Amino acid sequence: MEKFKKLQGIAAPMPLVNIDTDMIIPKIFLKSIERTGFGKNLFDEMRFNRDGTEIPDFVLNKPQYRNAEIIVAGDNFGCGSSREHAPWAIADFGVKCVISTSFADIFFNNCFKNGILPIVLPQEQADLLMADAEKGANARMTVDLEAQEITTSDGEVIKFDVDTFKKHCLLQGLDDIGLTMEKISAIDTFESKNAQERPWV
Amino acid sequence: MSPKTLYDKIWDAHVAHESDDGTCLLYIDRHLVHEVTSAQAFEGLRMTGRTVRAPDKTIAVPDHNVPTTPDRVNGIENEQGRIQVAALDSNAKEFGIHYYPMNDIRQGIVHIVGPEQGWTLPGMTVVCGDSHTATHGAFGALAHGIGTSEVEHVLATQTLIQKKSKNMKVEITGKLQPGVTAKDITMAVIGETGTGGGTGYVIEYCGQAIRDLSMEGRMTVCNMAIEGGARAGLIAPDQTTYDYVKGRAHAPKGAQWEAALTWWKTLFTDDDAEFDLVVTLKGEDIQPVVTWGTSPEDVLPITATVPFPEDFTGGKVDAVKRALAYMGLESGTKLTDIKIDTVFIGSCTNGRIEDFRAVAEVVKGKKIKEGMRAMIVPGSGLVRAQAEEEGLADIFIAAGFEWRLAGCSMCLAMNPDQLSEGERCASTSNRNFEGRQGYKGRTHLVSPAMAAAAALTGHLTDIRDLV
Repeated sequence: MEKFKKLQGIAAPMPLVNIDTDMIIPKIFLKSIERTGFGKNLFDEMRFNRDGTEIPDFVLNKPQYRNAEIIVAGDNFGCGSSREHAPWAIADFGVKCVISTSFADIFFNNCFKNGILPIVLPQEQADLLMADAEKGANARMTVDLEAQEITTSDGEVIKFDVDTFKKHCLLQGLDDIGLTMEKISAIDTFESKNAQERPWV
Repeated sequence: MSPKTLYDKIWDAHVAHESDDGTCLLYIDRHLVHEVTSAQAFEGLRMTGRTVRAPDKTIAVPDHNVPTTPDRVNGIENEQGRIQVAALDSNAKEFGIHYYPMNDIRQGIVHIVGPEQGWTLPGMTVVCGDSHTATHGAFGALAHGIGTSEVEHVLATQTLIQKKSKNMKVEITGKLQPGVTAKDITMAVIGETGTGGGTGYVIEYCGQAIRDLSMEGRMTVCNMAIEGGARAGLIAPDQTTYDYVKGRAHAPKGAQWEAALTWWKTLFTDDDAEFDLVVTLKGEDIQPVVTWGTSPEDVLPITATVPFPEDFTGGKVDAVKRALAYMGLESGTKLTDIKIDTVFIGSCTNGRIEDFRAVAEVVKGKKIKEGMRAMIVPGSGLVRAQAEEEGLADIFIAAGFEWRLAGCSMCLAMNPDQLSEGERCASTSNRNFEGRQGYKGRTHLVSPAMAAAAALTGHLTDIRDLV
């Protein structure tokens, strides 16, 4: 997994609440057996007309946001399905950080597996960043994972929380399975105990 | 010992390793797999030279892509869908996991097949690369959806990296009124808590109205726990659970059954255990409900009218405007005046035998509205066989329904069963998101009885007016 370093980039505002995984990547694009190539279909039904032409009003189609690397989103972002295609599409598009007042649980976890940092902030701070994002391409935000700080285009600094283990994995670009394999003897022990105590499993 | 919730007990029984910061390796008893979220995980194993640690605990079945028409015996026409199912066929073979191929009578929606075959048992940890894994919580199992990276992690290690969620109790007291079903309970709860209300929690459903439900009904309730944002929803096992499980193909037998039963009977929330959040609804107050918008929280009793954006606050105001435009609805319209083009009955929420019995009761001897497209899609080949044996299929066909083969079907439109642009559907599925059942399709979530009623009248209908 790619390491998450300090990110300075354009933030796109998406204030709609409950943006679900069907909006992020509609099911017709889930038929691939690859992990890559989903970026062109990110937010497909909001972004494109049926004939493939762009819907000019959609934020990522506006010239100032086409290269956005951060999304500031409304509450409960990523609700719905467990499809990892959602963070795959977001990462493939080039977005590495999503900021909201809350995220759906599975989506939140899926982000960390794909080098994307989801940040939860209180309403007031999220509103401030939303307003900053609405300024367009000249308003570049900085997200510093090590320091757990977001700096707005005006230089205002907002601190954020992140799980220690998840932070470590993102910073180092660590592979979860590799880390768990280091604890394989604990799993062996559990499994043999389990086989005795609950042999029907 | 301090008192524990049901969730605490199952969690504690499955922690294989705990780090200082509380990050745990949770041992997984059953890993269910379908074709859409697994191909990349198996490919990951191959690329790293890893293998499936516990193939005996891993069960795969194709469901999302499979057509539900009889011609599927000739294969899947859509090339990408065919490739995805073929990948599951070969991965199941290569890694030696349990498999129910498309044309096996036991094939069906993964969340219906698991319980039906006795794979899902009380006290287990169950995961699947699918958010509706919550369904299995009906057995008093800790069951939740995971992403594809986690699918690969479970395949390789039989564990999941987890931190414990908070405990939430949803109590439904008293008795349900006639015409009110498990689907109405679970939708009413989401109407109350919102789609984000359960985020960070595992829900335990309890109370008399939950106790009174069959296993089928309990699965319907837990299935939609995820629509309320919860990691999982569960219900303590009782005699209803044991009776359902006993004798199933992979349920324990003989002495093992007795040993299992002894443990299962310890799986309840201790009297003094504390919940972080409690939500209580009176069973008597719950009415048949329907969704009017594009989020499962957009729930109202069927007797209500389409709301106004100004009835809401914050970001929801704009979301409601967008939803009303998408749904083609005007505020103030009576929900029972909304005309329906299509009825879909099936899915992991409502594709079980009890759901079909409820539909048969409503449509027996009647005809669906002229011009109505109505389909009934069993959750598994065995549900289909049972419905045919009980004479339900004949009732449906006589009434004008299409009687299909098992699969996810129109719940998510990854297969040929889809809504067309603007088509309005009364659906027993679980999500009314934009585009969920087809591009620009319009979904109203309802119970099976309410879907059946809409099929007869051609508009959203209060089931209590028909019985």
